[in-house]
Amino acid sequence: MTINTSRRGFLKGAAAAGAVLLIGARTDGALAAASSETAQLNPFVKIDADGTVTAIVKHFEKGQGPATGLPTLIAEEIGLRMDQIEYEFAPSNPEVYNNLLFGPFQGTGGSTAMANSWLQYRQAGAAAREMLIAAAAADWGVDASGITIEEGIIKAGDKSAPIGDFVASAAQLEPPVEPRLKAPAEFKLIGNEAVRRKDSAIKGNGQAMYAMDVHLPNQMVAMIKRPESRGGLVTGFDDSASKDVKGYISAAVLPNQAGVAVYAENTWAAIQARDALEVEWDLSAAETRDSDQIEAEIMSALDAEPTYNVNKADVASVAAAIDGADTVVEKTFYFPLLAHAPMEPLNCTIEQTADGNIVLHDGSQMPTGPHMAYQQIFGLPPEKIQINTMLAGGSFGRRATPDADYQVEAALAFVVTDRSRPVKLVWTREDDIRSGYYRPAFGHKVRIGIDEGGNIVGWQHQVAGQSIMKGTAFESFAVHDGVDHSSIEGIADSPYQIPGMALGLTDTPKATSVLWWRSVGHTHTAYVMETMMDLAANAAGRDPVEFRLSHLTDSGDADQQRKAGVLKLAAEKADWGNVPEGRSQGIAVHKSFGSYVAEVVEVSGDAEEGIRIEKVTCAVDCGIAVNPDVVRAQMEGGIGYGIGHVMRDQITLTGGSVDQFNFPDYEPLRIGDIAAIDVHIIPSAEAPTGVGEPGTPPSAPALANAIAKLSGVQVTNLPMAENGVSFA
Amino acid sequence: MALTLKLNGETHTVDAEPGTPLLWVIRDELKLTGTKFGCGVASCGACTVHMDGEPIRSCQTYIEDVEDAEITTIEAVGEDKIGAAVQQAWVELDVVQCGYCQSGQVMSAVGLLSENPKPSAEEIDEYMSGNACRCATYQRIRAGIQRASDILEA
Repeated sequence: MTINTSRRGFLKGAAAAGAVLLIGARTDGALAAASSETAQLNPFVKIDADGTVTAIVKHFEKGQGPATGLPTLIAEEIGLRMDQIEYEFAPSNPEVYNNLLFGPFQGTGGSTAMANSWLQYRQAGAAAREMLIAAAAADWGVDASGITIEEGIIKAGDKSAPIGDFVASAAQLEPPVEPRLKAPAEFKLIGNEAVRRKDSAIKGNGQAMYAMDVHLPNQMVAMIKRPESRGGLVTGFDDSASKDVKGYISAAVLPNQAGVAVYAENTWAAIQARDALEVEWDLSAAETRDSDQIEAEIMSALDAEPTYNVNKADVASVAAAIDGADTVVEKTFYFPLLAHAPMEPLNCTIEQTADGNIVLHDGSQMPTGPHMAYQQIFGLPPEKIQINTMLAGGSFGRRATPDADYQVEAALAFVVTDRSRPVKLVWTREDDIRSGYYRPAFGHKVRIGIDEGGNIVGWQHQVAGQSIMKGTAFESFAVHDGVDHSSIEGIADSPYQIPGMALGLTDTPKATSVLWWRSVGHTHTAYVMETMMDLAANAAGRDPVEFRLSHLTDSGDADQQRKAGVLKLAAEKADWGNVPEGRSQGIAVHKSFGSYVAEVVEVSGDAEEGIRIEKVTCAVDCGIAVNPDVVRAQMEGGIGYGIGHVMRDQITLTGGSVDQFNFPDYEPLRIGDIAAIDVHIIPSAEAPTGVGEPGTPPSAPALANAIAKLSGVQVTNLPMAENGVSFA
Repeated sequence: MALTLKLNGETHTVDAEPGTPLLWVIRDELKLTGTKFGCGVASCGACTVHMDGEPIRSCQTYIEDVEDAEITTIEAVGEDKIGAAVQQAWVELDVVQCGYCQSGQVMSAVGLLSENPKPSAEEIDEYMSGNACRCATYQRIRAGIQRASDILEA
């Protein structure tokens, strides 16, 4: 991951009153600060004359911490306490607020928020610092080198003043081309355990405003009646029973015939009126398969020649090496469809302003998606569309669809009205579970040959499943030579030194709408890699930690050394190998999104009477941990998300219709499921890498390995509760 | 029809049909949005409020059944010393992530500490099992309740 922002340059702007300092990046790489541009300046940092500093956060906050992390970078470079900086979410602007790893596209995903903001936001803060100092130097007649800013106070010798005193004069200066960034030894906030989240208080007292909490004057609530099976089309509806519901307004077929929008004065009326609506469907093009058929298609694809030889291996010689090995370990795996089920059901609100602008209020993960779609739907230029990004009640990938699914649905429900009333589209939990986008089902088949010395001599690996990226705007980004990297990530690019690996991939036909789900391909690849490593270690008669380390021995390979580092730390902190009677440990280690995570899961009980997860010990190397406690929280959450789903969740289809409805049959992880989690962070001087997703991949295989050791049940089909394991 | 609702120490007259869940009266009529909609079937706890001091799921409580009761929501629970201690602990430990379930978590935590000032980890797990958190902040919820207990004891 290489991100270079050093040549982007900075823009500054002065508001008309001359009392605001704005620092922003420009997109053409050259530096300019003409006053005519200032009105259009979209800043990263804003300082008011009263000294109030605001970080303009380009990433949305779904709990993963950018509303704390990005202000930390700016506060560090200016020289502020954390209570001296506020945050606002940036407007939709793919040129200024783009994710530097996504191109001209504003979005949060792939655990990149900190990685791509790390230099950019520090530079913005450093530019502000240098301009404030230059202004003070001119005013005080002292050399800039003798001036510091600490805790929002500019000081030189016996002179001192709050930064607000120099905002007006700093705004008249040219921004520096390459402001000096603080060295790690100077950091007071970055890496500081005492820095707390900036959104804790409002989320504990009910004041936090999510998109679901938007109440615009005169708004209608819309719910969509959708077909039982995806792909069904509306041919007609009867709302006579809906008319008996107090607060019901009307119903209308969406322009794409994908459903009927039901409008009501409030949410409860919308729920009741939709329940009462009778709809006739044309199901001739709808999905009609059962999930058993989808599974059978995937598993039979594993028995055929793969479409893609992903790593251009000499397959015949790998197969021959395995055939000639002392021991062969072979397994097939199946991973079911999974829903994301973020706590806040999907929703957004659309209004048209008096001047004809369209405003979307949304917990918007990829604002550029709906922004582009809305230009087409409403026939408006980009500047006539505004996106007001609200806090999001979780996502796990669901709020970022390449086709902006729910925002488009809301727009379609709005364009068929006279637009005089704002429309708030609300999904229920049933809509979320049954009409959603899912982690695709995947199958794997692996054969590993082990020689007399207990070493791997060949690893033949086939993967089959539905591509997430093909047919989307992200295809060119993620698909190369036909291979959707997200289907095989974590295998092809594993840091392990595995001699003679052959990796094949077959795309299976579209089964349902699929989507990245916290850690994407790593959700299944890490499970297969790390349970197979345990099986291979067992077959070789070697300790699982020692066996893994023996495949990470290249001292010149930083990737291997960092992976080995977390493996050793997790084993040490978990007191690997020393467990009380009746317990066992399982370990897994995986690299994803640039970060290395090892986890040890300790279990008790047994597979028949009930397994209890006693403790998870985690070690993470994510480069510099900007907010260590946020990193720790993301590991805790990633572990819970991974373990909760492999324990008991799946989405199944009967006749194309989803069998699950709500949390009672798509059961979330509960507080008693994991007794304790202990996270350790490897100190690092490397640039920050991802934390939102990397905690998830190793959690499930570490659990599977612990259960296999304790009870002898090797789970290769998920979820575990449907495949021979009960939980206490 | 007009119904009377005693909520957060005030008496409101609300226009709602019998059978309307308390949740939607609180959110859509009174515009108190701290109480959340998560599942609608009392299986996630995001809508938890107090009825005469006891946690209930407002999505499965009908408006006509609370007419004689005192309802407290997240917006007012901090006025009570147990509520204030829980909210203080939540901030000290940065319990929240997305935060959407946390109003319900706080309301349930206050309910627990009201009847059991010094709960064990097992008692916390048992009492809080109906409050789902998709971010899996459970470890900190458990620690937060224990910290609130310590704050109240001090």
